[in-house]
Amino acid sequence: MYPEDLHYTKQHEWVRVSDDMAVIGITDYAQKELGDIVYVDLPRVGATLQQGTVMGSVESVKAVSDIYAPVSGEVTETNDALSTAPEKLNESPHGDGWLIKLRLSAPNEVSALLSAEAYQKYVAEEETGH
Amino acid sequence: MTQPIPRLQATALNSVHRKMGAKMVDFGGWDMPLQYSGILEEHRAVRASVGIFDVSHMGEIEIHGPDAGVLTNYVTTNAVAKLQAGQIHYAGLLYEHGGFVDDILVHKVSDDRYFLCVNASNQEKDHRHIAGANRFQTTVDFASDRYSQLAVQGPRALETLQKLTTADLAAIGYYHFIDSVVAETPTRIARTGYTGEDGFEIYFAPEQSERIWYKILDAGQEFGIKPCGLGARNTLRLEAGMALYGHEIHATITPFEAGLAWIVKLDKGDFIGRAALARQKQQGVTRKLIGFEMTGRGIGRDDYEVFLDGSPAGWVTSGGPSPTLNKNIGMCYLPAEHSKPGQRIRIAIRNQLVDAVTIQAPFYKRMK
Repeated sequence: MYPEDLHYTKQHEWVRVSDDMAVIGITDYAQKELGDIVYVDLPRVGATLQQGTVMGSVESVKAVSDIYAPVSGEVTETNDALSTAPEKLNESPHGDGWLIKLRLSAPNEVSALLSAEAYQKYVAEEETGH
Repeated sequence: MTQPIPRLQATALNSVHRKMGAKMVDFGGWDMPLQYSGILEEHRAVRASVGIFDVSHMGEIEIHGPDAGVLTNYVTTNAVAKLQAGQIHYAGLLYEHGGFVDDILVHKVSDDRYFLCVNASNQEKDHRHIAGANRFQTTVDFASDRYSQLAVQGPRALETLQKLTTADLAAIGYYHFIDSVVAETPTRIARTGYTGEDGFEIYFAPEQSERIWYKILDAGQEFGIKPCGLGARNTLRLEAGMALYGHEIHATITPFEAGLAWIVKLDKGDFIGRAALARQKQQGVTRKLIGFEMTGRGIGRDDYEVFLDGSPAGWVTSGGPSPTLNKNIGMCYLPAEHSKPGQRIRIAIRNQLVDAVTIQAPFYKRMK
């Protein structure tokens, strides 16, 4: 369910790393919790993000949720398709629904993120806790 | 041993909602379905065909006795004398100062019997308010435990429900009701709703809830009926420009400010709040409700601040995406002199001001 090659956060973001570049999105659990996503607000290309700070938001019909930068770096690309088709986030959260790409400024941050297995376990606990 | 008190109240269909995979939320102290398949899909089902909502959390208050009409008229804003038996009207239940205790539907069963449908989270307060004003020969009966309520809404609602009753549903006029039988169960069938579509709200004994719920789902299957949650109920009523207690109306808002002058009949005899409203009518309102649509990128949501020429001037009462119109819409309070269509406003969406323009609600009107 949660791809093995991604790293995860407890705020339900994921990161795919290759060399010093990272792709960032929100997890399947996050999109399910949000429901139908209708609006996505992303940082500008060139923006510098600090790990753990708000980098944007996703809005469902009902609510607004902040997205936190899972790692630090400079934004190199944003998924512009989401501005006209935010439903891609519901349909393919780990694929076409990616949010931004960035150049890592502190690659060592990645090692502290959750593995797929650890994230899966965390989410299972969240669900039973409800 | 004392049992733990459940934190949330539940309708008779609570376990059915859970079984059907609904996402549940705390709605004013009630454990209610927010959505089943998804708010957008449910919303579209109601606009295009038919949806069913469990609205059994809504309260019912029965007023009966020789002076039932006198008391009902005294505690509400609309003209009870104009109601025929079998007719319904929308009305405000007000405080002396003219603010809303609640907004309600008044059903006239007969000259000595009125049936009020009230908001879930206000029902005890409403009952105290009405009973407290009762110095007449009448009884105010808190009847919520005796009724489940389902809303069957959408252009195919009539065909769906007609399969389960021999009553001629097409003969029930808008805002009229009959007492009849649905699926072998005595049922009050009202042609009312909170979606902007044709449809029915039905009231019956709670123990029949599960059976009737599934019967309606079966009856609507050929039309693609969807069980709908409070999420779709809210987007549907917002498009239809209908008020929601706690948002467009509350204890410090009067009907005139909320654009509900049509439910206030100052010449119908005395009623609670009348003096304050008469005064306000003479002096004019200082703030008024108006619809808006976003012209900039962003969604103006409940409680966001509204700016006029760079200064805070009002607030959003309800706002969100309109699935039918594919726009972001809402309603807001503005100073009365600016509360007219075409006014450019800006809405504080987190840390930025985003452009919007006022328009007259309703945003959506069904084709008749």
